[in-house]
Amino acid sequence: MSKNVQSARSDQTQKGQQEQILKVENLRKTFGGITAVADVSFHVQKGSITGLIGPNGAGKSTTFDLITGVQRPDGGEVEFNDTEITGYRSDQVANQGLVRTFQIARELSEMTVLENLMLAPQNQAGEAVWRAVLPRARTRVVEQEKELREQAWEMLELFEIEHVAHESAGNLSGGQRKLLEMARVLMTDPEMVLLDEPLAGVNPTLEEKLIDRLHTLKEQGYTFLFVEHDMDVIMNNCDTVIVMHQGSVLTEGQPDAVKNNDKVLDAYLGEEVKI
Amino acid sequence: MSTGSIQARAEGWLGNNDVRLLVALALAIGGLYALFSVVLGFQLNGTVNTLRRVAFLSAIYAMLALALNLQWGYAGLFNLGAAGFMAIGVYTMGILTAPVTASPPGFGLPLPVAIVGAILMTGVIGGLAALPAIRLRADYLAIVTVAFSEIVRLTLRAPEFANTRIAGVAFGTGGATGLSLPSNPIRILFYTDPAATAPAPNALGAAIFSAVEPLGIEQTLVIGWAYVVVLCLCLGLLYWLMIRIGKSPFGRVLKSIREDQQVTQALGKDTRLFKIKTFALGCALMGLIAILWRLSGGYASPRMFKPIQTFYIFIALFIGGTGSPTGSIVGGALFASLLFEGPSFIRRVVAEYLQLSNAPDTLVGALAQLGTLDVTPLLAYSVQDVSISALRLMLLGIVLVYLMQRHPDGLLGHRKAIASSVDLSQQATQEDDNE
Repeated sequence: MSKNVQSARSDQTQKGQQEQILKVENLRKTFGGITAVADVSFHVQKGSITGLIGPNGAGKSTTFDLITGVQRPDGGEVEFNDTEITGYRSDQVANQGLVRTFQIARELSEMTVLENLMLAPQNQAGEAVWRAVLPRARTRVVEQEKELREQAWEMLELFEIEHVAHESAGNLSGGQRKLLEMARVLMTDPEMVLLDEPLAGVNPTLEEKLIDRLHTLKEQGYTFLFVEHDMDVIMNNCDTVIVMHQGSVLTEGQPDAVKNNDKVLDAYLGEEVKI
Repeated sequence: MSTGSIQARAEGWLGNNDVRLLVALALAIGGLYALFSVVLGFQLNGTVNTLRRVAFLSAIYAMLALALNLQWGYAGLFNLGAAGFMAIGVYTMGILTAPVTASPPGFGLPLPVAIVGAILMTGVIGGLAALPAIRLRADYLAIVTVAFSEIVRLTLRAPEFANTRIAGVAFGTGGATGLSLPSNPIRILFYTDPAATAPAPNALGAAIFSAVEPLGIEQTLVIGWAYVVVLCLCLGLLYWLMIRIGKSPFGRVLKSIREDQQVTQALGKDTRLFKIKTFALGCALMGLIAILWRLSGGYASPRMFKPIQTFYIFIALFIGGTGSPTGSIVGGALFASLLFEGPSFIRRVVAEYLQLSNAPDTLVGALAQLGTLDVTPLLAYSVQDVSISALRLMLLGIVLVYLMQRHPDGLLGHRKAIASSVDLSQQATQEDDNE
């Protein structure tokens, strides 16, 4: 993990804050007669924490699904790190370094916390069945497993859940599941993480800790795009805020500017909004 | 509660030592059948033969359960077509080895080549069969595979392919009459010319045969036991293989596919490839195991590969508990010895001691006597020779209902093996373990 982080960090210092890591252009998705995502375009700056907000049903989660290949868009383009990834399968998107969490924490409940973390890293030698089995080829697998084990324990310490390392993930509390999910996506060694309501159901103390982690990781060069309903969290922590309403981007900008935008207020209060 | 304490004590004694558990199980089953033999007044030859038959079927079902456990227990792939893949394995081997001059003709290849060819064939067809269903949910895979296995069986039975010629190459499945298979390869150990009708024993054969002859043990029984030993070695190898797979990063991905495919994909794993590979590997193993099974009889017929065969393997797996290789062996052995072979032995014991000569011809006749509280006619009716397969099915049903209610995880399904090639409780890399 550390290698990518290093390179991401040096890129950032050389080129400043201007580089766009994710570009979404005219993204569309309809389900039958309902247009879930009408015409969404936005850019995310590398090394930023960007918030994606909007009332329920605004199309935030569907946008996430379209970017990460869980669903195929009906139109539009997604570009990540100057590579077009529109219509990629979700495993291909993840292999590009763009990973997501789910709105409802989806831990692999029969697996232990450590197994959950060990699963995540990409390109493991032991994922080829012959290497996993044949005696000589397996030495490389064991070497790699030892490295991953060390990384996994470091990650558990970072998120302060090492005491539940051997617990089945299904036995964790709601907040611990959120932490596990975040730790697990970080184990994939991503460049950018899409977080779908990472703070839902998390108590205030833990929430503060999680936000702290986000800022630490941002310093290390990671980029975050996250959906959140708590306005204070969004306004106090995001570099940029994107507001969605009825499947389209309503406005986008600095938190302060967005906060005072009349259209945003109207959208949240349920008024008709002309886009 | 008394069952609970017995279980607790038994588990305490057996601990988590799986080898000890399996040996204890083998001894218990062996003891039970030795007792049956004594009760039924068998000679030594008959007793040893009973034990051989039970050991043979137990080893076969244990191996089949292991192969199915790879697909269903590890990856959650619901393969209801096991019988079809077994048929493909056996028939490919049979057709490849059949002499060019035989009827139906074959390719006349040596047995080892034919076995490798059959494994490849089953694996490739397994992978292809999984393709259309691999993106769908488990129930669709089940529907596709059960239909596939029936297509295979009906194709093998069809007279059109019994003795056919495709692109100038003559071969055939033998249709409904079946196909002759090579004689049991283990005979090479004991005979100088195993293919002959009355072969002369070689040095090893002569020594062993003359040693056991005074005990009244026949040559075929010695050969049969030698084959069982080979099967047990194969079972051991397969068990080791499955444990290795279960504890590898590959097994970890399978486990997570079973839990939540979408999350696995979101973490960058190409789940389609993992599923196809697992399905193909499991099918290839089923083909191989079916070859090992049918080589001992020297004969294959489409009747051996009905869907009920698949369900037998599933029941074995459910008894032992999905996801645990040790459980698969326990389930396979218990299924073969108690549920599959048990009823006919119980019938014989009952018939021996209860003088049930006048069994009624119909169920109505058997039930009519119940009015006078006389259960003998019903008992006699149930344990007739012709009713045994029905009795077996009823027993299977009862066991399944009990298991689903009381032990939905099977006997050993609650055991969770950690999917990793190293001991995860160690935080840093020190001296190693788990190799």
